[in-house]
Formats: sequence, structure tokens, C-alpha cells
Amino acid sequence: MSPLGAPATTRAMVTLDGVSKSFGSAVALSEVDLAVEPGTVCALLGPNGAGKTTLVRILTTLLRPDRGRATVAGCDVVTDAGRLRPLIGLAGQYAAVDELLTGRENLELVGLWYHLSRADYRRRATEVLDRLSLRDVGDRLVRTYSGGMRRRLDIGAALLARPPVLFLDEPTTGLDPRTRNDLWAFVDELVAAGTTVVLSTQYMEEAERLAHQVAVLDNGRVIAAGSPDELKKSAGGDVLEARVARAADLGAAATLLGELARADPRVEMDNQRLRVPTGGGTGLLIAAGTRFADAGIELADLGIRRPTLTDVFLTLTGSPDTHSTNAKEAGR
Amino acid sequence: MTHAVLPAVRPAALNRAGRLALGGRDTLGVARRNLLRILRTPQLLLLSSVQPALLLIVFRYVLGGAIRIPGARYVDFVVPAVFLEAVLIGGMTTSIGLAEDIRSGIIDRFRSLPMARSAVLAGRTLADLTRSLFALALMIGLGLAVGFRFHAPIPSIVGGVGLIVLFGYAFSWMYAAIGLAAGDPETAQVAGILPFFILMFASSAIVPVATMPGWLQPFARNQPFSVTVGAVRALFEGGPVTHWLWQAVAWSVGIMIVFAAAAIQRYRTLAG
Repeated sequence: MSPLGAPATTRAMVTLDGVSKSFGSAVALSEVDLAVEPGTVCALLGPNGAGKTTLVRILTTLLRPDRGRATVAGCDVVTDAGRLRPLIGLAGQYAAVDELLTGRENLELVGLWYHLSRADYRRRATEVLDRLSLRDVGDRLVRTYSGGMRRRLDIGAALLARPPVLFLDEPTTGLDPRTRNDLWAFVDELVAAGTTVVLSTQYMEEAERLAHQVAVLDNGRVIAAGSPDELKKSAGGDVLEARVARAADLGAAATLLGELARADPRVEMDNQRLRVPTGGGTGLLIAAGTRFADAGIELADLGIRRPTLTDVFLTLTGSPDTHSTNAKEAGR
Repeated sequence: MTHAVLPAVRPAALNRAGRLALGGRDTLGVARRNLLRILRTPQLLLLSSVQPALLLIVFRYVLGGAIRIPGARYVDFVVPAVFLEAVLIGGMTTSIGLAEDIRSGIIDRFRSLPMARSAVLAGRTLADLTRSLFALALMIGLGLAVGFRFHAPIPSIVGGVGLIVLFGYAFSWMYAAIGLAAGDPETAQVAGILPFFILMFASSAIVPVATMPGWLQPFARNQPFSVTVGAVRALFEGGPVTHWLWQAVAWSVGIMIVFAAAAIQRYRTLAG
């Protein structure tokens, strides 16, 4: 049983209990319950406008919930905000660093505002610049930085004071794959050292790579929660996808696949494609390859597809029309 | 790299004096950040002095010849008003700068940090004050160059300059509130011009109030710009000042308290 959605325990580092927030008539969050255990990564997954950022803003004391209660590190985010702020770090969706300051000046000032001593914040600024591969550019103005450098600096600022809970709001959106991998490795390190991380993302891949627990948000509600594997199972698990070279073979191919998988394949007429759940493993793929060849059905493509965020969304919401655009984009 | 569970300082353990000291340190940090920004965009610093300089030239050489002030030279009448105008424009940069910080997302970071809730605003108004001092120094030099003269003893002149600075600082809090309410730099700029025009032109800054229509006179005579420019002229001329002075100080202090409270409250609850 996943701790997500379970009643908040006293051990949990982050708890939400019936949290709701509206902006005018627009509902941003509706009755959200969540619990994140210490030293784990919780990913908030969902398309734009799902409520991820609103949730992060409530947990970092930037917004007050209309209803419900949220705590971080044992502090209520509304009534105990002053005691909470030293314990959290926030890296926002767009890098909130100062263009007209150097990387080092940015970090040192953040350290000052965390009320570290001068000696401490100077030393830690150097450490963070070194660790995030910004040593060579540390004394250059941030406006000369690339997007990836800015994002690293922003995250460096969030963790400079080594807060026990870190909030990363879409930390890798718009980053190149290499920078993204670096950041993921860095998050691993932080978590190994005991930091609790709450991160919002549009990328299934990111949630899968980093998260112990995933909460899928849609229209302000948590519509599913669990480990990445649990989520994928809820979306139907891996899928075998075959594309026949000749449209005339579609019928025969469907019959053949149906027998092998003991399930009715989904047939897409216009692009001559068939999809059927694999039931796990590669056995079906190998068997299908042989049987198609024996039957003389020429294939343009055959492979196992992992469920994408699109699949998860289609399964969970059952309303492809409202989500397909966002989810497709998010699933890339 | 290991991660201690708690940072070095735990604010909950501090007494009132300790919190105040930390708040002061937070504020100086913000002021340092904004001063560095000002120093690294010197062109903006100079540009913000162009407008008061142009007004000074226009009033002195274009309109000044047509305006007669009983018992005084026009240049001595109008130049103190241009000094006040220069620091008021300095205040306007507060609103635009804050709105830019909201748009860039850096205010979110500030608000998530354990720094004092007043530090971002107090630090910014302090940094903008030094910018105003620079503009004021330029204007005094320019004023002297076009024929303006101080006639009072030095302490009185220093008091007049102090009053101008106090006026500018008070209004930078008003502009801080405007910038936070506007939320984006363009709106902040437009919203800031209106109070500037009313304060500057419906006043005794450029022409004597007696030449205005009757319905406008009570406002024009008693609004803060008029009262303050009256006090500053008296301090620079060396005449009797008490009547104007207490009113001018009361206006500035009152504006500062009201708008500082409003701006800090707005900062606390910013929804962005």
C-alpha cells in the first residue's frame, strides 16, 4: 500500500489534508490529500493547469489554501510559516536568479537571507558552484549564462542552506538531455543524504527516474497515486504494437495477435496499427515475430511500447478529448 | 556533500532584539542586491536624471520668462520644486523595479526565504533612495548653473535637502505599494504617472496657487507637494519656516507609515 492518500502520519515530512484552492471561479486544487515520507521523492505529475504549481506554492508558504491543512516538516504552512521557511528550499519554474548579479553573488545573498554566517555562506556558495559545474562562470554576471546554467544556479540557491525539504517546480522543463541527466543525478545524491524532495513535472520519464511516489493531478484533483510501476499497471502495462505493411493483412494479423495474447487487439485502420497488452516480458514479442513471418504477413514495425503519460491519462480520465493535446505534449 | 537537517540559525530561538537585528541584516542584503543592479546599469541611472533636467531647462528658459512671482526670482521659486520632482521620479523606479521582480519570479524566491517580511521593500526603498540622492546632487549642480542661489545659512540649507530626501523616501513607499498592486512593469509605470502629475501640477510647484480657479485652490494649497515645496523654499531662502515645516514633515511621515503598512501587507499576501 502506498503511503500516498493514506491518512497523514506524524512521520510524514509533507502532509496535505483536504487542501482546496480557487482563483475566482477557477478551481485550482480540490480536496487534495497527500503524504510524503522523509528522504523520498514525490513527483506531482500532470499537464499544464493541473494544479501542480499551485500545490507547490501552498507548500512553500507563497499561497494560502482556501480550505484544508498542509504541513511541511511538522510546521503548518499558514500558522507556522515563519518557523517553516528556514527548513525549505524552492526552485521555481523559471529560474529566479538575478541577471545583473554574478552566480556567486546570487548564492551568497540567498545564504545571507537564510541567516547563515558570512563565513558559512561564502564557503557554501563555493561548494555549490563547484558541485553544479559552475566554478568557471561563478564570477560572471548571470545574464551571460545559458538556460541550463541558470537553472542549475537556481537549484543551487534552493539547496544552499541544506534545507531538509526541497521543492522543485518543473526543474528540467526546457533543458537539454545532458543537463537533465546531471540534475537527476544530483537529486539522487541529495535524497541519498536524507533530503525530502517534492517535484512537479510534465514528464513521465522524470517521474519514473526519480520518484518513489507519484501523484497524478488533473483539474486540481489527485486522480491517481502510487509508485511509478503501480501507475503504469493502472494504465494497462506494456503494449505490443505491430504495424502491417499491407492494409489487407490487418484482419488476419488481428486474429493472430488475439490468439497469442488472449486479448482483443485495438486496431487502428488508418495507420494499419494493432495494439495489445503484452502481459509483461518479451515472450509475446518473440512469439509474434515468428508467427507473423510463418503466416507471411509483412510487418513495417513491431515492438513493445511502454505506456506513456498519454496512456496513463487516457486510462485514468477516460476523456481523451480534453487531455490529448496536453498529455501528448507532456509525454514526449 | 552531507546535508545537515537544520541550517545554522533557528529564528524561533531568537528574542525580539535578535529578530530586529536579523531583519536589519536582511534589509541591507536586499539593498546591496539592488545597489549592485543600479551600478551595473549606469545608463538607467543617468536616464532617470534626464527628465527632471529637461523640466528644469523648460521652466527656467521657456516658461519662466512669462511667470512673475511677487517678491522672488522665478528661478529661486521653481528650482526647489524640480528638486522634489527629481526624488519623486526616483520613487517611481521603486514601483517599476518591484513589478519587474514579481514578473521575473524572484519575488517568489524572496517570499519563500526566511528573511523578514519587510526586508524586500525596505531594502529596495533604501537602494532607490541612494539613486535619488545621486539625481538630487545632479539637479543641485544644474540648478546652480542656471542661476539658482541659496540665500539661507548652511544648517537651514541642509535641513531643506533633508526634507527633500524625506519626501522622496516617503513617496517611494507609496510607489512600492503601487508596484506590488500593479504586478507588471508596464502597468506600474502608467499607474505611477497619475499621482506624479497631480502632485506636481495641481500645486504651488510651478505657479502661485492664487492664479488657479477657486475650486482647485484648497487642494493645490494643502497637498503634500505644495506644503513641502513651501517649506523647502523657506529653508533655502532663510525666511520663517515653522508654519510649513511641521506640516511637511507630518505629510511625509504619515505617507510613509500608511503606505509602508499597505505595501508590507500586500507583500505578505501576494498571489502573483
